[in-house]
Amino acid sequence: MKKSVFIGALTVAGLAAGMASAGTVDDIKAKGFLQCGVSTGLVGFAAPDANGNWDGFDVSICRAVAAAVLGDPQAVKFTPTTGKTRFTALASGEVDLLARNTTWTFSRDVDLKFTFVGVNYYDGQGFMVPKELGVASAKDLDGATVCIQTGTTTELNLADFFRSNNISYEPVPIETNAEAQQQYLAGACDVYTTDASGLAATRATFEAPDDHTLLPEIISKEPLGPLVRHGDDQWADTVRWTLNALITAEELGVTSANLAEMSKGTNNPEINRLLGTEGDLGAMLGLDKDWAQRALAGGNYGEIFERNIGESTAIGLARGLNGQWTAGGLIYSPPFR
Amino acid sequence: MTDIGYVRTEMLPEQDAPSSAVGVVHWIRVNLFSGWFNSILTILAIYFVASLLYGVLPWVFKSSWTAHSLNECRESIVAQYGEGATGACWAVIRERYLQLLYGFYPSELYWRVNLAFVGLLVAIAPVLFAGIPRKVLWFSAASPFAIFWLLWGGTIWLPLSVVAGFVLGYVAYVLVSKPAGSLAGTIAAFLVPVLWWLLLAAPVASGLQSIIPLASESVESARFGGFMLSVTIGVTGIALSLPIGIVLALGRQSDLWIVKTICVGFIEFIRGVPLITLLFVASTLLNIFLPPGTTFDIILRVMIMVTLFSSAYMAEVVRGGLAALPRGQYEAADSLGLDYWKAQRLIIMPQALKISIPAIVGNFIGLFKDTTLVSIIGLLDPIGLSTSIRANQEWNGIIWELYGFIALMFFIVCFSMGRYAMYLERKLKTGH
Repeated sequence: MKKSVFIGALTVAGLAAGMASAGTVDDIKAKGFLQCGVSTGLVGFAAPDANGNWDGFDVSICRAVAAAVLGDPQAVKFTPTTGKTRFTALASGEVDLLARNTTWTFSRDVDLKFTFVGVNYYDGQGFMVPKELGVASAKDLDGATVCIQTGTTTELNLADFFRSNNISYEPVPIETNAEAQQQYLAGACDVYTTDASGLAATRATFEAPDDHTLLPEIISKEPLGPLVRHGDDQWADTVRWTLNALITAEELGVTSANLAEMSKGTNNPEINRLLGTEGDLGAMLGLDKDWAQRALAGGNYGEIFERNIGESTAIGLARGLNGQWTAGGLIYSPPFR
Repeated sequence: MTDIGYVRTEMLPEQDAPSSAVGVVHWIRVNLFSGWFNSILTILAIYFVASLLYGVLPWVFKSSWTAHSLNECRESIVAQYGEGATGACWAVIRERYLQLLYGFYPSELYWRVNLAFVGLLVAIAPVLFAGIPRKVLWFSAASPFAIFWLLWGGTIWLPLSVVAGFVLGYVAYVLVSKPAGSLAGTIAAFLVPVLWWLLLAAPVASGLQSIIPLASESVESARFGGFMLSVTIGVTGIALSLPIGIVLALGRQSDLWIVKTICVGFIEFIRGVPLITLLFVASTLLNIFLPPGTTFDIILRVMIMVTLFSSAYMAEVVRGGLAALPRGQYEAADSLGLDYWKAQRLIIMPQALKISIPAIVGNFIGLFKDTTLVSIIGLLDPIGLSTSIRANQEWNGIIWELYGFIALMFFIVCFSMGRYAMYLERKLKTGH
């Protein structure tokens, strides 16, 4: 039985390989769904609910792209990937798009041959300490025991930070965030360090979150963004400008609530170009003129942020660096022209 | 007359044994307090167990079953048991147990999984217990195909055309072995089905499907998850690894140099690498070797790797059983004029397998638990799902409840396997 399935799979594989040269957008349209790589579970960014529907900040990017290309935000199949399998999944073509809180680095972009299409969240490594420790700055942490996930860039950043400040620490290696949480609460370490968004999400689950504080220092740059394979610029453009459409919409005040009204035409030519009532930006991408309207049906960047990780949620992240450039943040889209 | 003071004229009635020599008191004296050293150990053990229960039981029972998030759980526990009370948040299990059992399988099709599981139990019953009518074995033979069809759905002609391969192999054996001898028959019985599966099975299945469409809603492997995934991988591995392992063990003892070298090479290679390495090969390396755009089912890849891994270990277990048989058994079989396969089937294997039962079942239990390793390559087995469930804002921070539930389910399955092995050993004990 298994053998024949194997053979059948190989046959299908051969056929699929024959078709794969046609370009990712055409492939996606032909198969009728977008295959999106996400995390196996990261609070606020990707998680399945009780019915198996995925939701989260990264997931919303996948849904927006699917809506733009296929017209249906539900036409996405999610492949859960771990930190170890994500790049192979993308490189081998198992997924069309990877939206899995992946830090944009030189070697990933250049050496691994991926194209990061933008940044959807500016993260950075931070520290969480119990308030009773009376620590106000990470530079006061001389001699502290630090819970740190092994095999990640956070481990290297931590070593760099302590060395450049001439202070010492004792690492408590842990494997997962859940383990870190237990160790930290049990007092096995004085400090827990990981991405600031992760720290905020973890602190939100404590019985007494107010007893713990995040130190002001952010010791690394972690620009997280969706990425695609090298070699298909049309597809990279499609994802890049879908993300930019979400960002621009927030800047211009286009929300899921006023989308229908705005798409009848406004006095602002950029909104008109974005929503397809003027010009033919969609056709340049190889899509129809309503592509951005469909992507925005699930909300603009600000709405997605607020719904999944913003201050109204349990995670309660402030916009900070992730605010619009007009509000002092780094979120900035090139113009739609 | 000598002076006799007293003569018993009647027997005293039988008395009960003293209370210190029967019943609970006796048992306690003999088993728990038979000496000062044992008494100290007993008291210490009771102390440890009691303090453990004292810590765990309130947590287990001062719990919330109805909340919809961790914070609600905490509030309702405090409201019910007073300030400072902490307890388990079983509500997460109540909300997610279907997901932990079935993964992302469409809920309106759960009956197919249930039916497949019942089918599995019925199919293994005649293998496990001698009292079941032998005719049920036909059902056992058909069940892998039926279960495959139930779980994955799709056209019924695909599993049927696979079955046809076996039928063709039998027909080829009968047709060829009469005129050309049994070796040629065996080769034909091997080649014909393989050629059929490689070249014709899939086109014939799709052709039949277009003539007589008989299909159920197909469910892709990506929706498999939870215990259903563990059981699917585990049962496939168990069911396939025993026969493959027996063949490998026999091959390793073979006098034919090529057969022996291949078997030894395979066994030693597979045993030389950890399972997780093979899983990474399945999930990442194969993707790179196969042409780009290939969608070779990940669960199928994992099943193949798990089966190969388990087969190598099973081969060594069976070889241990073979080695433990006295030389005289082989010679007795030869002197009766049995050929190799008959000798193996009637004399050698029944004894060798009987000796190997504890190790075989140990391997099965280990294999079943090893299926949790697939969470590392991103498959959502129960362990992987526990991470996903924790990634929901409502349930972030829940750890013990999920792991406790998963542990309980694994314990039930593994404990049953262990008890069955003990039953089997008792039944097969011929005693010397």
